[in-house]
Amino acid sequence: MTVDAVIVGSGPGGSTAADILTAAGWSVVVIEKGRNHLLDKDDPTKLASDYSNDEIKFIYRHFLGPDPLIEPRTFRRGEKDGDHMHIGDVNTIPSTVGGGGPHADGKVPRFREEDFALKSTYGPVDGAEVEDWPLEYADLEPYYAEVERLIGVAGEAGANPFASWRSGPYPMSPGAPMYGATLSSAAAEKLGLHPYPAPTAANSVPYDGRPACNNCGFCAFFGCPIHAKGDPVAMLRRALSSGRAELWAETFVSRIRSEDGRATGVDFIGPDGVERSMDARHVVVAGGAIETPRLLLLSGLDHPVLGRNLMFHFQTFAVGTFDFALHGHRGRAVTHVHDDAVIVDADARDAARKAGLPWIRGGLVEHGGPSLPVMEAKNYPWGIRHKQLMKSSPMREHLWAFTMQGEDLPQRSNRVDLDPTVRDVRGFPVARVTYEPHKHELVASAHHGPRLVRVLETMGATWTTSMTSPAATGTPGRHRISPVPESRHVMGTTRMGTDPNTSVVDGFGRLHELENVVVADSSVFVTSAGYGPTLTLVALAARAAHAMAG
Amino acid sequence: MSVARAVPAWFSDEERTVLEAACARLIPSGDTPGATEAGVADYIEGLLGAFLVDPPRIWAGGPFSGRFGGPDGFAEFQPLSRIDELAWRTRIEGSLGIPEREFNGPVRGLQQIYSDGLAELGRDFAQVSPDEQDSRLRAAKSFRRVLYDHCCEGMYGAPEYGGNRDLVGWRSIDYPGDVQPRGWTDEEVSEP
Repeated sequence: MTVDAVIVGSGPGGSTAADILTAAGWSVVVIEKGRNHLLDKDDPTKLASDYSNDEIKFIYRHFLGPDPLIEPRTFRRGEKDGDHMHIGDVNTIPSTVGGGGPHADGKVPRFREEDFALKSTYGPVDGAEVEDWPLEYADLEPYYAEVERLIGVAGEAGANPFASWRSGPYPMSPGAPMYGATLSSAAAEKLGLHPYPAPTAANSVPYDGRPACNNCGFCAFFGCPIHAKGDPVAMLRRALSSGRAELWAETFVSRIRSEDGRATGVDFIGPDGVERSMDARHVVVAGGAIETPRLLLLSGLDHPVLGRNLMFHFQTFAVGTFDFALHGHRGRAVTHVHDDAVIVDADARDAARKAGLPWIRGGLVEHGGPSLPVMEAKNYPWGIRHKQLMKSSPMREHLWAFTMQGEDLPQRSNRVDLDPTVRDVRGFPVARVTYEPHKHELVASAHHGPRLVRVLETMGATWTTSMTSPAATGTPGRHRISPVPESRHVMGTTRMGTDPNTSVVDGFGRLHELENVVVADSSVFVTSAGYGPTLTLVALAARAAHAMAG
Repeated sequence: MSVARAVPAWFSDEERTVLEAACARLIPSGDTPGATEAGVADYIEGLLGAFLVDPPRIWAGGPFSGRFGGPDGFAEFQPLSRIDELAWRTRIEGSLGIPEREFNGPVRGLQQIYSDGLAELGRDFAQVSPDEQDSRLRAAKSFRRVLYDHCCEGMYGAPEYGGNRDLVGWRSIDYPGDVQPRGWTDEEVSEP
């Protein structure tokens, strides 16, 4: 059997490609190394019931995978750390049917026009590989609109004064604002900022055969028990319902086979542990910006930029405690955001100049409160203090926070390669991440962090602090903040471009070296912008799949 | 002497006595229930003895617990795949020299960590003074970290895992726990 396309990875990118290709009449096999907890095993048009409001299962027992014991990654900041300084979880996103979709809290902002043209808009930065993308916002806008409808996004057009133009409204209006967000938004507006309802992939009304979100609060890191979250369930379910797609879960693709400049299929290991091969006319790779370059490297591809320019978001947290309860456990985890820290205004230019940089950009700021008691408890000391603190709850019930998803500049030395010694459970070399932030990220964080603290003070915080992830000092801090990034946003590593010498794929995700291999995830990003990557990677995957289908 | 348990026994009665005393120092009882009332030791014993039951006590089912409506799905644990089982047996039992568990070298399992850690606290731990108990816990730093993490999970995690008995962990902090399928009304989300 030769299928038209084998799609490696069932996350938002792979599922979108599957939907569009099957709609065009292609036969596809979607291969996913993780388990299927999303769709009914016997009838893929039905949703599974494995997700739950269960902190133990999702946070401490690796339910959505990968389990770092059997599929570790390694991390180092640079050569100075030797082969690696850490083995285990390195910014992993779930390895499960649906990929990163089920675990995210579903904020799906678009990028802005300038995000695709940083070099021509603001100029180059020493030590960073800042480039324009080989496409413009206008090229992507129709696909943004298409995938917002496919996923089901709730938002309010016109509420964000910095947003780029839209061809139409959001498919749904926003859900209920969280109490804390109503206060933090008011405080932000008082200081001249522009908060708005976060574009969110959670139904505010019944949509696409799934119910409205009922505000249970278990969004980030959890699969939605009632499937109100617009993870890739819509695209994957439609692809499987077409009768032209199969889903193979618990199956690991170990190699893309190629001959004379074309891919011919893949080698894979199924749930039984046996290695097999299949033929395919096209291969779509959608494993995320760490597993995708790993597979290309395992397949013997050799390109000077492959695996390089790995980007995360450099996160800045501002945290405040209050003498009244904010009940952050009710609602969609984050209902408000603001874009002001993305904007290169006079203050930001001034801070950049003082630091010897041409410009700095922060990122989207999310307004939210923590909600999980086990996570809270582990941060407190043991003994009598534990009881007192859990009762007064300064770090959960009385806490509100901002998270800035700071733009992370691409650097050649930040990369994914194959670890020289560490293996996964199937015996293959694991991905090694080498990463250290650029000065830009540190300066932008230091500039915006205190501004976010001021919003919390205006909101009435009695105590505030700010911190970053990874740690700005590069060394592990007192608590959990470590040099290992934890943003769960991964980008770069097979960047797109027109020049085959400086980019790995073209503007449609096609490998310059093997044109029937298409990358359909955030690996192709040229720069990271200050926004979560999901909607943009899905729009790019849709554009790439339409181009494949012709 | 025998010890009451709500889960199949993994520890000897002697170990279990030390474990309960240590948990009671980390999350003490007082005006509100502590580790003892919450049955935190059952949570830990349930994890270490996860494979004494089938399906193993690793992942509770879904989508609801029945506490806020709907059927009680949490009580039925989910089956593990071949690779899930390998991972969890390795984490709990250790690699034990079994080649398929040692692809990156030997792994010390939780059963060994607890057996050594409880021995480090001393067989007489339950009988010595609270001050002496605290000083032994302070000295056993790396075991105490593992134990405290598990105490927090057993205190404030879902009761189906063995701890948080009668929801005393959640009730003591006015936390509602899993609220599906009820969720929260828009007013409950947006109002103080």
